[in-house]
Amino acid sequence: MVGIAMVMAIAIGIPLGVLITRWSKLRTPVLGLTNVVQTIPSLALFGFLLPLPWLAARSERVAITALALYALLPIISNTYAGIAGIDPAVREVGRGMGMTDLQLLIKVELPLAMGTIMAGIRVATVIAIGVATIAAAVGAGGLGEFVFRGLAMVDNRLILAGAIPAAVLALAADFVLGLVQKRLQRYR
Amino acid sequence: MKALRARNVECTMQSITLQGAGASLGPVIEFTGVTYRTAEGRALISSFNVSVMPGETLVLLGRSGSGKTTALKLINRLLVCHEGQVLVEGKSTADWDPIRLRRRIGYAIQEVGLFPHMNVESNVSLVPQLERWPAEKVRARVEELLELVGLPAEQFRGRYPHQLSGGQRQRVGLARALAAGPPILLMDEPFGALDPLTRADIQKEFKSLQQRLDKTVVFVTHDVQEAMLLATRIAVLEAGQLLGVFSPAAFLQSRAPIVSDYIAVLRSAMEFLRPTEPGGKN
Repeated sequence: MVGIAMVMAIAIGIPLGVLITRWSKLRTPVLGLTNVVQTIPSLALFGFLLPLPWLAARSERVAITALALYALLPIISNTYAGIAGIDPAVREVGRGMGMTDLQLLIKVELPLAMGTIMAGIRVATVIAIGVATIAAAVGAGGLGEFVFRGLAMVDNRLILAGAIPAAVLALAADFVLGLVQKRLQRYR
Repeated sequence: MKALRARNVECTMQSITLQGAGASLGPVIEFTGVTYRTAEGRALISSFNVSVMPGETLVLLGRSGSGKTTALKLINRLLVCHEGQVLVEGKSTADWDPIRLRRRIGYAIQEVGLFPHMNVESNVSLVPQLERWPAEKVRARVEELLELVGLPAEQFRGRYPHQLSGGQRQRVGLARALAAGPPILLMDEPFGALDPLTRADIQKEFKSLQQRLDKTVVFVTHDVQEAMLLATRIAVLEAGQLLGVFSPAAFLQSRAPIVSDYIAVLRSAMEFLRPTEPGGKN
């Protein structure tokens, strides 16, 4: 569930992040909107998404959409920050050598921003794993189901049976993505 | 009647060939009445007129903020002028496809010029690769260029810029600017960040390289000594104005106020050194 949500968030977030570096008018609205989404309590967001026609057919769809929305902000803002943080002289030299905008993006800007973008993906994944447990509230299943059942039955062991694997999962994902990030920044 | 028309055709053909020949012998780069302003309307360069002949090294000399770099960027269309024209190979930069124009012009700048995420080989081969040269040719070219700038390819091709010294980085920058064999080179204080000894070495090498390769070079610097060493002609800039273009010999003899300031700097450096020389006379 988190995996699919992350793929979606990356597929939308990185292009959007790039777009707002090219078109500065869009920057405030895009970042503002994703910020607003981030402030909606997760349970409420699941609730908002429930009545939507196509999504409501299967509760996993609701969960995935909500997780992707949460993951969007760190990815967009880090893509933007990563590219905006590149020394302007580097960009100018690329243009001076006759690179087109697309070549500059693919060969220079994205590789240089990759470390920062990866850090955003890492944060987003950890958030998404945490939020995913709450998705059980709308019947999407997952480890959250143990947590909710444990809460209902006042059984701490059952809560932990959901919470501990979720935490371990988040830490493991963070660790693995951390390694990827380090590999991408090896030239520094 | 027919004969007359035929003669007319002949005439036009002749004038075309004459024009063609003229273009190849004329200036490679020509500024005519060029003015460039910032967004706030401050002129960084005003009514600039200068031409660069094939194979010469024109040094733009001036203090920081005098408009040297702006002038350079007008040539490869990183900036577009507001008045006048910059002609490259007889064609206004406004009419050039900017990508084609820039690929005909090698560009080297100070320090940050290399891409930090690419190793030496990728940096040097960037433009040939953009031009879709076959892989074999690119490899051979990288080796040739690295040898040319005095870096053995075996040892250096795999290194990243942060693993190089300042001087080595500048050599790679030079190799990269030369990579696709551009007829024109633009250099923006390429040796500015080097220690004096390394700078002197690399300046000498660049000079001998320039004599062999016969490129048209526009070189920006604030260093009089560098200008005297490398220039065919020196263009002196001050506050966006072109004060004059001198050959190195004419530069030394000039009475123009700003030029004599530069010469005073040169002289005082030499005066300072004279007493320490054994024998005293030179």
